[in-house]
Amino acid sequence: MLKPIIRLVTCGSVDDGKSTLIGRLLVETDSVPSDTILAAQTVRRTGSNIKAGDIDFSLLTDGLEAEREQGITIDVAYRSMFLKNGRRLIIADAPGHEQYTRNMVVAASRSDIALILIDATRGIRTQTLRHLTICSLLKVTRIALVINKLDAVGFDEGIFNQLSSELKPSLDRLGITDFEFIPVSALAGDNVARSSENFPWYSGPTLLEYVQEWPAEATVANAPRLTVQMVNRADNFRGLSGTVFGGVIRQGDEVVVLPSRAKATVARLVTFDGDQPEAADQTATTLVLEPDVDATRGDVVELADRATIPADRFSANLVWLNESELIHSRSYFLIAGSKQVGAIVTSIRHVLNINNGDHESARTLQANEIGLVEIATDSPIALSPYAANRFNGNFILVDRLTMETVGAGMIEHSLRRSGNVSEQRYAIDQTARATQKGQVAKVIWFTGLSGSGKSTVANALEQKLFDLGIHSYVLDGDNLRLGLNKDLGFTEEDRAENVRRVSEVAHLMTDAGLVVLVALVSPFERDRKQAKALFAEGEFAEVWVKTPAEVCVERDPKGLYKKAAAGQLPNMTGVGQGYEAPTDADLVIDGTMDVAENVDRLLAEFF
Amino acid sequence: MNDKRDVLRALESESIEILRETAAAFKNPVMLYSIGKDSSVLLHLARKAFYPGNIPFKVLHVDTTWKFQEMISFRDQTAKDLNLDLLVHINEAGVAEGASPFTLGASEYTRVMKTMGLRQALDQHGFDAAIGGSRRDEEKSRAKERIFSVREAGHRWDPRAQRQELWRTYNPRLTADQTMRVFPLSDWTEQDVWDYIKFESIEVSPLYFAKPRPSVLRGHQIIMVDDERYPLLPGEAAELRLIRFRTLGCYPLTAAVESTATTLDEVIQELREVKLSERATRLIDGDKEVSMEQKKAEGYF
Repeated sequence: MLKPIIRLVTCGSVDDGKSTLIGRLLVETDSVPSDTILAAQTVRRTGSNIKAGDIDFSLLTDGLEAEREQGITIDVAYRSMFLKNGRRLIIADAPGHEQYTRNMVVAASRSDIALILIDATRGIRTQTLRHLTICSLLKVTRIALVINKLDAVGFDEGIFNQLSSELKPSLDRLGITDFEFIPVSALAGDNVARSSENFPWYSGPTLLEYVQEWPAEATVANAPRLTVQMVNRADNFRGLSGTVFGGVIRQGDEVVVLPSRAKATVARLVTFDGDQPEAADQTATTLVLEPDVDATRGDVVELADRATIPADRFSANLVWLNESELIHSRSYFLIAGSKQVGAIVTSIRHVLNINNGDHESARTLQANEIGLVEIATDSPIALSPYAANRFNGNFILVDRLTMETVGAGMIEHSLRRSGNVSEQRYAIDQTARATQKGQVAKVIWFTGLSGSGKSTVANALEQKLFDLGIHSYVLDGDNLRLGLNKDLGFTEEDRAENVRRVSEVAHLMTDAGLVVLVALVSPFERDRKQAKALFAEGEFAEVWVKTPAEVCVERDPKGLYKKAAAGQLPNMTGVGQGYEAPTDADLVIDGTMDVAENVDRLLAEFF
Repeated sequence: MNDKRDVLRALESESIEILRETAAAFKNPVMLYSIGKDSSVLLHLARKAFYPGNIPFKVLHVDTTWKFQEMISFRDQTAKDLNLDLLVHINEAGVAEGASPFTLGASEYTRVMKTMGLRQALDQHGFDAAIGGSRRDEEKSRAKERIFSVREAGHRWDPRAQRQELWRTYNPRLTADQTMRVFPLSDWTEQDVWDYIKFESIEVSPLYFAKPRPSVLRGHQIIMVDDERYPLLPGEAAELRLIRFRTLGCYPLTAAVESTATTLDEVIQELREVKLSERATRLIDGDKEVSMEQKKAEGYF
């Protein structure tokens, strides 16, 4: 069976005649309703010089108001087309401009075939190479290089041949092997859906034939994986529901559940239409395993003899999708299949110049940039190389505060370093250590502006705890910068790393059974949330020492505000950098109040 | 030559994946049930997705009080047959103010009884995700919408700030103000929906099949007179015409088509021949070229 649904991404800008080409394909395959065609014959864009009664093909494809106003395509639109051999084509129509690279990446991420438009009157342009680079990176299988507007150059074979040979070296460099140069005139429909006498020198397929006759089989590789979306618990039934990617899972297969590595046999593949002998690539099913080993949402089922080794460090190509740049050391949610873990980007090896393929050094990734990065996850996760199967080797990064999808990653390979480090379990644990001291281990995290009184309150609280016989320790931001954190500055990234290190140290200390008082400006909400996420429920209390900025500036115990005012400290919180007030602090104390009173409140609240 | 069932099976698997993801990733998801053919398909897919278990979420119908009587009876029968946890919501404030398509006009009436009714129901029950049967082939702005589509505070859709959606990796995370709309039928076409109904023997409302029904002409559109509330012109009487519906909505706003198609095969055949877009029979959409995008910006599904 041939793959029933083919997905196509179209790359190019309005000037290349992209909308006209797609509009024509849709109309000539009978895929547009007649009233929609009628509208495209009567409605006109401002400045349009298309004759009344003719179809403005571009109106069939540009949907959003802003796009019609500006006459450009700014987001991906999806269209279905009925192919004559019973297959279905879903077209993802992507914008071509450089500032919409991310939209093009979205469209390419699911596409099997790319249609790259080249305007014969303008030749190869930077964006042609950019689109080829993206398609190659996203592993689009087949590339149609469509040379359009040949009617405007007298259907000249020489121009067609010249453009083809100009592009060939780039295709070779990118390792693209399945491609075809196709001459067309979208305006008149030559060689789009029907062959044309205007190209007597061309004997290849029409564009439609090239797409429609793609010989891909429905199932190819055989390293199947099912990510558990949910555990189906019905009466006397327990099954693992998910979709198979990358091969076929059959009844009787020996499988492992990852990351636990529990082994089992596939006893049944249960569906509404009865038990099935197998589930093919991209099929939704419910597995019943024998024995019924433990598995939860996000776990992965693979064949026992070719299972992935879960890892917590990977190298990956990362596309940055958000207007705010990537922050090194900041924890994002990583979503792969139905699995969610915390993850940080630990290094950026290079950023790709998508116009010429060069590798350049960079300290961050901005919107639309693509870089090769190293990434570390909170816990091991089964991800395989994107090159082997795009559905089993991708992930997205989500900002913890805005919940936006900020990055999209393609796994190169896992970094085995982590495999050599495994957690040792000791018999004496945190509870045992704390109980021995007659206390409950916890962290009180003081955040607030410089000069708000964090250290003062922490100092007074610790004296009180000491008198009560509670073993505590103060982690003071300034003191730590003299040693552990002396390599860090005050940029947003360095502050994220500062918070990460301090929270890890606090975590070790609570594990030792201590009460930890942290006095740290920690101006960013995301970083504080990340710190909190390390601890168990109730183990971490965020205390906002709220002191008006004027008071802090007035106090200025370290003379920092004076320096900042003189322009010597560009990243001073409250001056050059913002302070994000906590939105759900466990306690807010007024830093202008009497210290003893504040200590009493803290004792009443947390001890 | 590929069998078209292969296409349907591929679409089905993907829809099931989306439904499972919604059920598992959200605290309190709900499925919108409009009683139409797409809703019938969506319900069928939900039964498949969670088999042998039951559909794990509530099913919500926003009743404008102007639906066809045959829709309401079909809804109640379906809920009974499939053992659905059905919730019916009516914007009572709108009813008290006498909102109707005749007093307010089509657009305002739709905003009050449908859009506001939906927003009330979602807020009142604290649903964080709502599954709907919209398809990308229905309308231009739908063609651009994500499968998992975020609504900001006030259920507002901002088409220019959509999250990027790659591969089949979905981002179900929400901030406190946001809710999600989920469209498992995004890639289906109207033709697919009917073919699937046939292959899977799915029950749909009898209004889709031709029958002599009392109706009047308004302009060139045929409107069924479903009850005594419909204002007839002086001296006018409803006439029996052999008609059926391509989409179902509020009866005064949903035009019928003259048709002799009384079986599924005939309906499918007619669809192939007629080739008008589905929403051509919806009175409200014609108000303005881009009206769907505007309605969605206000919180319409």
